[in-house]
Amino acid sequence: MRDPQKNRKRQIIAMIVVVFLIFVARLFYLQIVNTDFGRAADNNSLRNVVQHPARGLIFDRNGVLIVHNVAVYDLMVVPGQVRAMDTLKFCNLIGITIEDFRRNLQRARRHSRFVPSLFEPQLSAETFGKLQEHLFRFPGFYAVPRTVRGYPIPAAAHVLGYIGEVDNRIIENDPYYRMGDYIGKSGLELFYERYLRGERGNRIFLVDVHNRVQGSFRDGAHDVPSVPGLSLQTTLDIEVQKFAEQLMQNKRGAIVAIEPATGEVLVFVSSPAYDPNLLVGRPRSVNFRRLQNDPQRPLFNRALQAEYPPGSHFKIPIGLIAMQQGVINENTSFPCDQSQVGCRPHRTVHNMRDAQAVSCNPYFVAAFRRTIQQGEHRNPFIDSRIGLERWNEYIRSFGFGEHLRIDLPGGRRGLIPTVALYDRMHGENRWAFSTFRSVSIGQGEVGITPLQMANLAAITANRGWFITPHLVRTISDTIIPDRDFITRRYTMVDPEHFDAINWGMYDAVHAAGGTAWRARISGISVVGKTGTVQNPHGENHATFIAFAPFDEPKIAVAVFVENAGFGGAWAAPIASLVIEKYLTREIRRPHELRRVMDANFMTTAAH
Amino acid sequence: MREERGFLRNVDGWLIFIYLMLVFIGWINIYATVFDGNHGSIFDLSRRYGMQLLFIVTAIMIAFVILLLDMRLFMNMAHVFYGMTLILLIAVLLVGTRVAGQQAWIQFAGFSFQPAEFAKFATCLFLAKYLSTSGVDLKNASAKLASMLIIFLPIGLILLQPDAGSALVFLAFVMVLYREGLPAWYIWTGFVAVTVFILDLILPLWVVAIILALVTGVLIYLNKKTLRNIASAVLLFSAAVGFAYISNYAFDQLAPHQQDRINVLIGKEVDMQGIGYNVNQSKIAIGSGGLFGRGFLEGTQTRFNFVPEQVTDFIFCTIGEEWGFLGSTVVLALFLALILRIIFLAERQRGPFVRIYGYGVAAVFFFHVFVNIGMTIGLVPIIGIPLPFISYGGSSLWAFTILLFVFIKQDASRLAF
Repeated sequence: MRDPQKNRKRQIIAMIVVVFLIFVARLFYLQIVNTDFGRAADNNSLRNVVQHPARGLIFDRNGVLIVHNVAVYDLMVVPGQVRAMDTLKFCNLIGITIEDFRRNLQRARRHSRFVPSLFEPQLSAETFGKLQEHLFRFPGFYAVPRTVRGYPIPAAAHVLGYIGEVDNRIIENDPYYRMGDYIGKSGLELFYERYLRGERGNRIFLVDVHNRVQGSFRDGAHDVPSVPGLSLQTTLDIEVQKFAEQLMQNKRGAIVAIEPATGEVLVFVSSPAYDPNLLVGRPRSVNFRRLQNDPQRPLFNRALQAEYPPGSHFKIPIGLIAMQQGVINENTSFPCDQSQVGCRPHRTVHNMRDAQAVSCNPYFVAAFRRTIQQGEHRNPFIDSRIGLERWNEYIRSFGFGEHLRIDLPGGRRGLIPTVALYDRMHGENRWAFSTFRSVSIGQGEVGITPLQMANLAAITANRGWFITPHLVRTISDTIIPDRDFITRRYTMVDPEHFDAINWGMYDAVHAAGGTAWRARISGISVVGKTGTVQNPHGENHATFIAFAPFDEPKIAVAVFVENAGFGGAWAAPIASLVIEKYLTREIRRPHELRRVMDANFMTTAAH
Repeated sequence: MREERGFLRNVDGWLIFIYLMLVFIGWINIYATVFDGNHGSIFDLSRRYGMQLLFIVTAIMIAFVILLLDMRLFMNMAHVFYGMTLILLIAVLLVGTRVAGQQAWIQFAGFSFQPAEFAKFATCLFLAKYLSTSGVDLKNASAKLASMLIIFLPIGLILLQPDAGSALVFLAFVMVLYREGLPAWYIWTGFVAVTVFILDLILPLWVVAIILALVTGVLIYLNKKTLRNIASAVLLFSAAVGFAYISNYAFDQLAPHQQDRINVLIGKEVDMQGIGYNVNQSKIAIGSGGLFGRGFLEGTQTRFNFVPEQVTDFIFCTIGEEWGFLGSTVVLALFLALILRIIFLAERQRGPFVRIYGYGVAAVFFFHVFVNIGMTIGLVPIIGIPLPFISYGGSSLWAFTILLFVFIKQDASRLAF
């Protein structure tokens, strides 16, 4: 053989074959053994875009739209696809700083490199429009359309509540929710979340490396369309609601109005109120913090959660229960003996009607004493105990001491004195009627929410029954949310006992020298009762409950104005203006209206 | 006995078949990569598959012309081709067009081509001619020096463009030299140098020195009977440590993106947005192919441009994604068959010229396949050189066609020789 290097041929061939075998092995590993790459490829090229459902709309009782949806765009990022880009231009387009950009991207990266994260929420349609034409320059970023709430009539913020992004606690507890979903956080938005939220959908797009959508994946075979939320038909009269909120400007307190025959809440005002549009969109967190830090506590729903002493209104159930138990009748009279409790000067009281009309304090102390101390035991302590126990059953039938199951979250029960309470305060058998006689005039250990006060007005209007007050009449025009909303609840007081009370309240408005003369409306028989709640911390609170018209009540209303002084001076005219607005749709007392609007009781801090 | 039929007589059918297969596979995958459903005609010259079709047609015409020529022309004119190539490589530095930081293209009569692609052919031819000259023996220092000069002249010129990828290809000719008698010692030195270089990047210098000392110790122990070996071992140890130190220094002199490429390859750095992006995306594309692939035109990674340079350097990603493990293996098998067939044919030649030239052709193809596919599957650093016959591009297709068909023609002529 001429060629001495023949064996080198074999070495070279062996080397080449080994390299090819290594390549085949490597391909086997990449393509068959390791499945991560296939999954990464889907993330690379398929984009799952959540189709956020439009939340259900909310209407008022007359079909007026009060909550609708506004399109915004959530800017999403897939950190693994972000390439070098003109960051400054990007930041300018969406109005954030470079530091925001870095922080947002860092946060998204920590979440996942391949799963999309929310980069910047809720760009307005206008901002998104500017960004859209440049979006191809920013690979890894894309926008998801979604909706936020809009309020064409900026009223009823406390009732409607607000929505916000779900937090980790919610995601852990409810398998429906995913990061980035919105959920009702308060008010009707929270209470009816299940109906309002709709069903989340998903669309799968093919995208290229430049972030351009190339079309639907398999022509949308795997897409799930979103289902819009159901709409709510509320019982609110948004026009009157807005009017009532204006009446309460520069005042702390609450107005609740109910249609007595149905339990439908017509007006539900907590003051100071706020514009619900403040808690929408990107400025939300700033505004929320400001509202939270406001010393007047605008986020606090006074109508639902404030437990005020009821003052003279409590004389209504005190008198009713006394008559029902037979310890007095409507013709019983008591002298105005001011040795134990004060009273304003008034004409002589001959019967229950008079007593209600002039709100005679000693009369109701005496009536309550008879109710509590019926002489069933020699020991006055035990006698009071038995009396209070029995009275508790009666008073609770009015919906006091329970949160009435209104369709709003966070309702309060209020406070009704019980045997257990006084045992705890004073010790067993160490208290008697004299310990809590101020309860008879609505002071002491009594707390009633404005909602419960309005419900009391509805009970008097209905002469002994009520329907659980509620804010939603139907869902999507058909579903009645709760059987309780159409079921009468009877108090333990028979209808005939209401005559004296209601006529007394009629007199309070219409008789000469009545405490509530400012509640008169020409042509409408308003029935009402003033209250002035003693306030050891400052000016007394003014309250008023009323219903109208007398014969066929259409509206029952309770008004509570903190630190406004005498109930007849401020609470009564406010209530009557609400009634007038609701029944006649106009105000024919411009002078009274101006007087109320101009009044300001917010100079002091809340107590 | 082969049928004697005009200019096609004695032409090796296997090589022609493999060639046509690879060119066809290349075109199919370029089509799949660029396909967007909007452009109907496959002859659309505004699309890359249209252009590639044009390149393929002209390449086949070139192949015919080569088969018609007298093969003695190539042997006799080898030094002329080599000289012309060197002139072109110098010319490109003076009048070339700058594309992506490289001065590698010459515009001529509306065409542009890369002299470096043709330099592979000319160098291969000239090397074969020199080594086959009677009296030249690679055991002599002068022959070694001359061979190295033939290889390193074009390397130097191409590095000036600078196009390190194309320059590296010429190192493949070391395989030819090895076949023709270059002492194994050179190969081992190169192997140790690369090993030390890589260790050097992963580990601190003093650790490398300890490892080298241990290896040297073992060598001395194994050869303790002869003092001469101990001396040479110590000498080698010093040289290796010195090399480690120098390579450390040299690495620092590399451009940052080249450092990154090496670092990513040896797993020292994982930067998925920077240099690692290419490799990662490439692996994702290939890996997503699975056993059978996603199917023709169904690839999501390559079609939507997640893989960079996908019709040129990363065309293998499309094959991997759309044709899966089976398709990739078929392509690898075709290349292996091509290279082994060339070696087989080279070995059966009577004269050394065609054998050496054949080895050169096989070496160039092997190096290209090794580096190109190796980088797409993450085994070799990213070096931008095309996959023969498959990657998009006229210059490379023509150059590979010339390289192959000159060998085919010579092989066909061996009986007449």
